[in-house]
Amino acid sequence: MKLTRRQRHITHQTLIYAAAALVSVICVFPFYNAILTSLRTGQELFLTNYLPTSFHWENYVNALMVNGIARSLLNSFIVASVTVGICLLVSITAAFALARIKFKGRKYILFTILCVSMFPQVAVLSGMFELVRFLGLYDSLGALILSYTTFSLPFTVWVLTTFMKSLPVELEEAAIVDGAGLWVIISRIFAPIMGPSLVTTGLLAFIGAWNEFMFALTFIISNEQRTVPVAIGMLQGASQFELPWGNIMAASVVVTLPIIVMVLIFQKRIVSGLTSGAVKG
Amino acid sequence: MNHHSESLPSKGSSSKANLQSEVIPQKKKRSLQQRRSRAAWILIAPALILLASVAGWPLLRTLFYSFTDAALDTPDVYNMVGFDNYLSWVDGESFGVLADPLWWKAVLNTLWFTGISVSFELFFGMLLAMLMNQKFRGQGLVRAAILVPWAIPTIVTAKMWGWMFHDQYGVINDLLTRVGIIHEPLAWIAEADLSMWAVVFADVWKTVPFMALMLLAALQMISADLYEAARVDGATAWQRFTRITLPLIMPAMIVALIFRVMDALRVFDLIYVLTSNSEATISISGYAREQMVSYQQMGSGSAASVLVFMMVAGIAACFLYIGRMNDEGKENK
Amino acid sequence: MKKHTLGLIATMVAGALNTAHADTLKMECASTSTGKSYCDYIKNRFEKETPHKLEFVQLPPASDEKLGLFQQIFAAKDSKAVDVFQADTVWLGVLDKHLLDLTDKVKDLQPLFFQSAWNNDVVNGKVKAVPAFLDAGAMYYRKDLLAKYNEQPPKTWEELTRIAAKIQKGEREAGKKNFWGFVFQGKAYEGMTCDALEWIASYKGGTFVDKDGKITVNNPQAAKALDTAAGWIGTISPKGVLGYMEEESRAVFQNGDAAFMRNWPYAYVLAQDPTSPVKGNVGVIPVPKGGEDGQHAATLGGWQWAVSAYTEHPDASVQLIRILTDAESQKMQFKTVGVAPSRLDVYEDPEVIASAPYLAEFKDVFASAVPRPAVETKSQFPKVSKAVFNAAYDVLSGRSTGEKAVADLESKLKRIKGKQWK
Repeated sequence: MKLTRRQRHITHQTLIYAAAALVSVICVFPFYNAILTSLRTGQELFLTNYLPTSFHWENYVNALMVNGIARSLLNSFIVASVTVGICLLVSITAAFALARIKFKGRKYILFTILCVSMFPQVAVLSGMFELVRFLGLYDSLGALILSYTTFSLPFTVWVLTTFMKSLPVELEEAAIVDGAGLWVIISRIFAPIMGPSLVTTGLLAFIGAWNEFMFALTFIISNEQRTVPVAIGMLQGASQFELPWGNIMAASVVVTLPIIVMVLIFQKRIVSGLTSGAVKG
Repeated sequence: MNHHSESLPSKGSSSKANLQSEVIPQKKKRSLQQRRSRAAWILIAPALILLASVAGWPLLRTLFYSFTDAALDTPDVYNMVGFDNYLSWVDGESFGVLADPLWWKAVLNTLWFTGISVSFELFFGMLLAMLMNQKFRGQGLVRAAILVPWAIPTIVTAKMWGWMFHDQYGVINDLLTRVGIIHEPLAWIAEADLSMWAVVFADVWKTVPFMALMLLAALQMISADLYEAARVDGATAWQRFTRITLPLIMPAMIVALIFRVMDALRVFDLIYVLTSNSEATISISGYAREQMVSYQQMGSGSAASVLVFMMVAGIAACFLYIGRMNDEGKENK
Repeated sequence: MKKHTLGLIATMVAGALNTAHADTLKMECASTSTGKSYCDYIKNRFEKETPHKLEFVQLPPASDEKLGLFQQIFAAKDSKAVDVFQADTVWLGVLDKHLLDLTDKVKDLQPLFFQSAWNNDVVNGKVKAVPAFLDAGAMYYRKDLLAKYNEQPPKTWEELTRIAAKIQKGEREAGKKNFWGFVFQGKAYEGMTCDALEWIASYKGGTFVDKDGKITVNNPQAAKALDTAAGWIGTISPKGVLGYMEEESRAVFQNGDAAFMRNWPYAYVLAQDPTSPVKGNVGVIPVPKGGEDGQHAATLGGWQWAVSAYTEHPDASVQLIRILTDAESQKMQFKTVGVAPSRLDVYEDPEVIASAPYLAEFKDVFASAVPRPAVETKSQFPKVSKAVFNAAYDVLSGRSTGEKAVADLESKLKRIKGKQWK
């Protein structure tokens, strides 16, 4: 049975919408659960209910005010943005060299950069701690920015290198023929086209830095400098055993929303308009 | 067509370069290459300097301490013990990380987890990326929804899934019972085998967005003209996928795989929260952490970390090798 | 070590010379609202009664993370991070060399505290910490269910097993399909060591390592204790109990789906919360003994106030400790935070008795509390604990028998100990 073009189109669209709905439900359901839990308290926290059963907004008040999640949101934002900013800046030039210029030792440099992020975090912790104290950065956001580059930089370098490699050579050659210097090639030709990959890499690296826990716990001890994961980890009940689940979920919802907002803002940029116009023009 | 190999120059540019080399004398060509090499080093320098200054000290220190018997809280009191932390024999009994059966169990657990988890993530990530690549109303919302698992802090994810897998009150058992798949609640966290599947489930849920996003960015860079041309030539959807899509996103896929494998090999939090934490489910990072933090032994903890590093490096090198072979294979077509 | 002692002396001399100036101390404070109000009270008293000032730092509540953090701070010999903090009962051996010796300054306080708690804080004859509050394992039960089935609270594990099975059968027949007799902490972590210690000690099987550092776990009573516990899995305890920590077991009991629960005192207040389905029906008894000739044994928990050995203000720190551990503060701590006091006299206080009658029930539990062998095994306790909870977990999950497990445990402990505990 051959379907007409229109029927095929409708089936295609239906499949896409169905898949999109299914995927969204699976991805969001635990988060939806978290939101429900954040509005409950007491024994209700432990039971399974798929619809809201109560609306205890004081969990949010607790999470935001009493334990200063608000301040830690700002700290996390600063740390993650600065880390990603530095990494992207440094990585673009490095990625260009690694992707487009053939020189001796290129493969080894790439591999060495990768090796840096292969150690378990717990091993690097003591050494990092010493370094941070040596530089006088203990208990400051600078300590985190510094230590996060150890895992963000290899990631950004590698991903940008890979994406740059798959850009057409013709672009560069056209520019060389036009007499453009390296710097012009990078800033005027490649950087704009790298838009999608820059946004993707930046977003993933941002989330990685936003959620890091171990370094944030060890290098910062005063409340004003805390970042979000540790602030959530500090939420405790009256005893060491009790987990104030409602508060923790409320805090987690509050913490995840900025990221979702960021994704909504940037997701249009992940759409590319890559080769159209760059080579043909 | 675009070429991505590291070792062979792209056919397009080499023909042009040959033209140019006939015009430009040898000396000038060599110095052009030299200048570009030097420029390359200057371009890489900031990244290398930054990385070396920040990561250099901690990494060298870890390597150094793996040859000592220092304790975590008194790092300045130690003796050099050579390779004892790795493997040594005393009175006919072997000591050291490599002689510890728990270490090898951890290696097995970790490799199993990595293999299964990353395979699922690749598969679902690919599907999701293709979905997000389509144009439909509300795609922005779907993209944001897909990124939610990756955005939630890991500690929260672990604990959240811990509650969802609770045998009496967890959502998972509740759903499975309602649908009729099981009749008795499963003790997800208590049983070693079930709990590893719970860990895989939670990990796949959390990191599929990462894979999907990387693959989406790669998909976005493929020009639509290629697909049009193929469709005109009569290629089926499957042929379009295997002949155009796969080869073109292969580099990005390999990089995403390398990073995912690196992270999966170092899994710790999920296993701690979602399993009974017994020796049956320990991971290599859990082992290193146990030596380092629970037992205070910086020496064997560092040795275990170095071994973890070597394992991860070895596997990453394999992936890169496969990637390079793949590129060369394409060149030969 | 010599360098360390000299440094300590120098610090104390400098501290003595500096007492004229006002020091600013850093103390750890819990991040809950109740914790904060207690800390404010201490701050007021401290700044009124001494010329010094007090600031607070907040640390993660989870025991493991806190310890890891302290180890980093002490490894760096940091004197600015924290001066006075709370140490978990089992950290004394591990952190010993980083704690200021308080012997001369607080010796006089000894008779005022629970003996087992005090002795736990004395390492190599030196007092390294003062008990802040107590915790001990207790057995919770459903008063209404026991009444319904005409039973008295059990005194031995055998009685408990019988009663739990009976109630479970009855409740399930009445329609509560997911009802279980007994829940506890069966995950392979430190909490399991506490439960296992209670089982073994209650059968008079010793405490893994005795006061002289001798390994005593390989005996038939210990094997019997573990086998008894293994018998509960799947019969009166759900299989999932092997993945439970404190909160997961509390969820089951508090929801009304269990007849008995072994947990810490914190669960009592929560079980009596207005939203709790079992409110008003919860009773507390000491952990049952093993057979008629066993003994009641509850694992000693709780936290102790200690001073960092790297502090620059040892005298001010000791003054703060004395304020923190006097009767008034303990009473205030109980009123605000709700933890059980470690001083004996607070239990006689009429105000305290009136506001919390259940405290009298717990006092007997505390008095007979058994500490884990952390002091005897010194810095190797984490390894010992791990070997213990893994051995217990193996028996509970059916992978080993009690007899084999305690024999294996003995050889593991011997390997850990070497020539002596250090």
